[in-house]
Amino acid sequence: MTDDRTGGDAAFVEFDHVQKSYDGETLVVKDLNLSVARGEFLTMLGPSGSGKTTCLMMLAGFETATHGDIRLGGRPINNIPPHKRGIGMVFQNYALFPHMTVAENLAFPLEVRKIGKSLRDAKVKRALDMVQMGEFGGRRPAQLSGGQQQRIALARALVFEPELVLMDEPLGALDKQLREHMQFEITRLAHNLGITTVYVTHDQTEALTMSDNIAVFDDGRIQQLAPPAKLYEEPENSFVAQFIGENNTLLGMVKEIKGDVAVVELDDGELIDCKPINVSKPGERTRVSIRPERVEFNKSRLQAGAHTLKAEVLEFIYMGDIFRTRLRVAGNDEFVVKTRNAPDQVRLTPGQQIEIGWLPQDCRALDA
Amino acid sequence: MSDITEAGPMRAADGTPLKKSLARALRRQKLRALALIAPLLIFILVTFIAPIADMLFRSVENQIVRDTLPRTVAALKDWDAASGEVPGEPVFAGLAVDFQIAAELKNHTKLGSRLNYENPGISSLFRKTGRGAEDIGKTFMDRFVDVNEAWKKSGTWATLFGDDKWLADQAAWAAAKDKDAKEPPFKLREGVADVLPVTASTYRTFARAAQQDGRKSPVDTKPWPVLFTALGQDLANASPESLGALGGENGALVQEVATAVQGFETFGYRDAFLDIDKGWGDLDKWETIKAYSPPYTPGYFLNAADLEKGPDGIQARPEQQRIYVTLFIRTMWMSMLITFSCLLLGYPVAWLLANLRSSTANLLMILVLLPFWTSLLVRTSAWKVLLQQQGVINDVLVWLGLIDDANRLIMINNQFGTITAMTHILLPFMILPLYSVMKTIPPSYLRAAKSLGATNWTAFWRVYFPQSVPGIGAGSILVFILSIGYYITPEIVGGTRGVFISNRIAYHISSSLNWGLAAALGTILLALVLLLYYVYDKIVGIDNVKLG
Amino acid sequence: MKLMNTLLATSTLALSAGAASAIDLTMVSWGGAYQHSQLKAYAEPYMAEHPDVNIIWDESSAEAVAKLRAMNEAGNISWDLVDVTVSDSIRLCDEGLAKEIDFDEALAPAPDGTPASEDFGSTLVNDCFIPQIVYSTTFGYRTDLVGDTPPTTVCDVFDLEKYPGKRALQKRPIDNVEWALYCDGVAKDEIYDVLGTEEGQARAFAKLDTIKDQVVWWSAGAETPQLLADGEVVMGSTFNGRLFSAIAEQNQPIAMLWDMQSYDIDGWIVPAGLAAEREAVVMDFLKFATDTQRLADQAKYISYGPARASSAPLVGKHADLGIEMAPHMPTDPANAGNPHFYDYGWWADNRDDLDAKFQAWLAQ
Repeated sequence: MTDDRTGGDAAFVEFDHVQKSYDGETLVVKDLNLSVARGEFLTMLGPSGSGKTTCLMMLAGFETATHGDIRLGGRPINNIPPHKRGIGMVFQNYALFPHMTVAENLAFPLEVRKIGKSLRDAKVKRALDMVQMGEFGGRRPAQLSGGQQQRIALARALVFEPELVLMDEPLGALDKQLREHMQFEITRLAHNLGITTVYVTHDQTEALTMSDNIAVFDDGRIQQLAPPAKLYEEPENSFVAQFIGENNTLLGMVKEIKGDVAVVELDDGELIDCKPINVSKPGERTRVSIRPERVEFNKSRLQAGAHTLKAEVLEFIYMGDIFRTRLRVAGNDEFVVKTRNAPDQVRLTPGQQIEIGWLPQDCRALDA
Repeated sequence: MSDITEAGPMRAADGTPLKKSLARALRRQKLRALALIAPLLIFILVTFIAPIADMLFRSVENQIVRDTLPRTVAALKDWDAASGEVPGEPVFAGLAVDFQIAAELKNHTKLGSRLNYENPGISSLFRKTGRGAEDIGKTFMDRFVDVNEAWKKSGTWATLFGDDKWLADQAAWAAAKDKDAKEPPFKLREGVADVLPVTASTYRTFARAAQQDGRKSPVDTKPWPVLFTALGQDLANASPESLGALGGENGALVQEVATAVQGFETFGYRDAFLDIDKGWGDLDKWETIKAYSPPYTPGYFLNAADLEKGPDGIQARPEQQRIYVTLFIRTMWMSMLITFSCLLLGYPVAWLLANLRSSTANLLMILVLLPFWTSLLVRTSAWKVLLQQQGVINDVLVWLGLIDDANRLIMINNQFGTITAMTHILLPFMILPLYSVMKTIPPSYLRAAKSLGATNWTAFWRVYFPQSVPGIGAGSILVFILSIGYYITPEIVGGTRGVFISNRIAYHISSSLNWGLAAALGTILLALVLLLYYVYDKIVGIDNVKLG
Repeated sequence: MKLMNTLLATSTLALSAGAASAIDLTMVSWGGAYQHSQLKAYAEPYMAEHPDVNIIWDESSAEAVAKLRAMNEAGNISWDLVDVTVSDSIRLCDEGLAKEIDFDEALAPAPDGTPASEDFGSTLVNDCFIPQIVYSTTFGYRTDLVGDTPPTTVCDVFDLEKYPGKRALQKRPIDNVEWALYCDGVAKDEIYDVLGTEEGQARAFAKLDTIKDQVVWWSAGAETPQLLADGEVVMGSTFNGRLFSAIAEQNQPIAMLWDMQSYDIDGWIVPAGLAAEREAVVMDFLKFATDTQRLADQAKYISYGPARASSAPLVGKHADLGIEMAPHMPTDPANAGNPHFYDYGWWADNRDDLDAKFQAWLAQ
């Protein structure tokens, strides 16, 4: 659990010690504290069952918190029914009303707000134009492609100009190319309109490319809340390290800690240098984490006196822009090294015995 | 591979036109598909389409009059009821022959009960006449026999009217005594029809009637008395010279009796019938026979619509006989009420079923299906126990002091009873389609509507309800169609005001045997349902019906 | 159907070969206590005498006419003997669906040698119908709901002042219109003449109108005893045997009102078109089942009078209750003071017409 709160100065959305249980026996959300600044794009990322969607539903008002306060603009909203919260929402399956045309779908939130017909039409038109769907007003949702439905769902969530928009895995049903395109479009819209967005996904690439901040959920808690770069570069625990990006792990025991370098004795007796993150004293078990692209087998690039490890090349895969090499390191057969496809890059062959190493700050000693 | 350069149809690799070879390939598929559905198709044809077609046919079919009284019907062509007089001798002469055959085959009572639907009293008229039919002309016959005993013998008649070759064949057949061989069909002697036209035609009828179904040979069958009356007629008109043309021993017999006939009083067919039953003198009986002589009749349909054929064309029946229009309207109206109350009660239940946790929903589903596992009669009788004046509900209300003991509520033997019991019985048919449609409406639609600012009611009415309409349509059509066809429950709890048209259909099928009327009523009911279906299609759209 | 054919074929074969192989006879009756009385009084004794005959029951008498017609149209008669009311037998006979019977030849004479046709007398109402029992449609009333002066005439049914409360009547015009006219002052022997006119019919319906909203209409004979037992009605018409069992077997506070009881007859018809060998067995059974002793035996089980005059003196005690049955018979002199004989011929002609009018009247 982290105390790190981002944007605490102008907290627009706040979760204050929020808990949620469905059956009265287990907590789905355990003591959640989170604040989102006005205009921020926050992504809740986590595996299914981690509690992220429940948090979103509590914020939207479809689930009530068992304990704690949720505040919107400083005002507790626990007892405000969903339709009075004024939060736009995009659903996983878009939830476009099948019996209404696109324009009627968009007009719906305006109608229930009793906005006059002419203004309504203008707003609908503007919203459709905003998502480049101006000509589709007369169609039914079933006549649209997945991507088009997605845009309409987005437009509908935005048409009544909410300050906060929630998105529940909105791109899950799209193919890869369209998804990437929509990722870009959504972030562009969100930033242009200055809306606060809370976005739920289990796709880490999506989270990394879109968000200002990412909250990684697991087991009903936020494991880490940080901007994408920090989350990738500096995971604070082994769950985050493994969940975000590709990662090599080695198990061992802390031998000694000297300032910001810890020496870890791996299970086969070899020693390596690491940066201690959540280990505090020698003798602790630890899981050491190294990104594949930070592994170095050119000794000259390593610091003097750095520990190296023996490795055997098991597999070499040519992937175009990069090479992916699988090694056996300290008994781990799944140790992966990624190298850029540069003219001077070494191409390893299976069976080759090499030595590998890394900069101590790239190797993080985390919880076991 | 060469490109197709010449203009013309695309060709397959073997040179046949592409369209043809595609059709051939598809035909095989179609045939296979057809073979797969054939059992079902045949089953439906036999058990569903054929009975409906049969019903449609029966509602207009009326060949029985023409088949049973062919001569009478033919002779009646010239008779006009407006003349105010009973038909003349030719009609009664035809009737005498027709009755001979009908009584032999016992068809006359069948026709009697058919015509009795249209005119009460014809049934017994025909029954009585059937008993006396074979005696019509008997006294006249006796006069012939007095002249010569030979006239009593069937052989005399056979040799007189039978073709020589046929007589020889017949004798050979009789001598062979071969059980399986059929008697050669009767053939009229040449020339005899010119001399004795009426008798010849009557004898041919007699011979054919005797030979029908291989019953008896005309040679061994006692001659009908009407043969004598016919012969009397012919002899009165025939000239002695033409009688001379009938040579041989039989010719002598005829000539002998021809002179004697001058002394007989003329035979009156009409008087003979009036002797049997005065009813034959009633104009309206004859009007009925004439009106129903065509092979197809709109009569059943007119009856089913409380109309009748009057002297001035189609007119409404007397008020005390009008019933079917009232019943049709009542059936439609009450079925709609039942459908509506099923919807009202079933919608929330279906919603609960679709939205509860599955374990609770399953329990509720069992409760919904429970009525299906009890017999219809038991359920209906249970309602009787509950609703009657000394019944459970009234007892409880009296005990609670809500109503006075003397003023117990009347909840049964009226429309309330029918609607209550039938709503209960048909409720599952509403709930199940509703449930299966609601099950497919994701809860996210309601959430989306609420997130967009709709109140609970608006979200339900604008978003959920429209999507459940296909279920409402399917459930309503199901309940409505089932309820217009129900008759057991209305019969038991409906009293006088709560019975349906189906009760009358059942009555005409099983009790009055007026299947034609039952078929006409059924056809109208079918047409009404199809009409409603059409209206529904126009208003809601039939693709908007979903059973799941 | 096919099975029936096969059975038929095999039994025919067996009979013609003179072998004593079993034959199944399908008899159609009304179910309940009545069918039970037939089983006890004739079917079981006959089967005891003829081990090769096995009787199967079908409780379809209520739909017998329609079913027989349908069987006839399909060309496959699967019934051998059918118990019907007189009016149904007239329809069946008219339609040619029932066999015409020579009564003296087909039925056993009385023990003293009186030919059957004489012994059955006026119960022989058409050529196809072999009578078994005489029953009546009459009234029962709740003894505890009529005060100190129980009803004595059928016209008390129409007297709402003296006997307030609901009445149960059968949902058909037969009997009801006759009672209505009788109580409207028409002499008994003129009822059908009056009923034959439009005015007479209107008069009958007008009389029924006076009690119309106090009437519960029944269509199954068991309804009236139940309605009486529940206290739903004060009095009601039904078959006398039903009332007998409610009174004698269930000890309900109900009593009989025999005035103007409407006699009816129930009996057998033989479907037309049975195979000759099969018909021979049926006719043999029929001769046995309608002899003097058998008809008298039937009265041990149900309070319906035997159709033969010669059976009447032989009527004994109820098989289970041990009470004398004669006083419970509709034909008992004490009960038959003022009976009503309903005119089958008139009804055969006018039933459909009057039924339509009756239904229209009900719906008004």
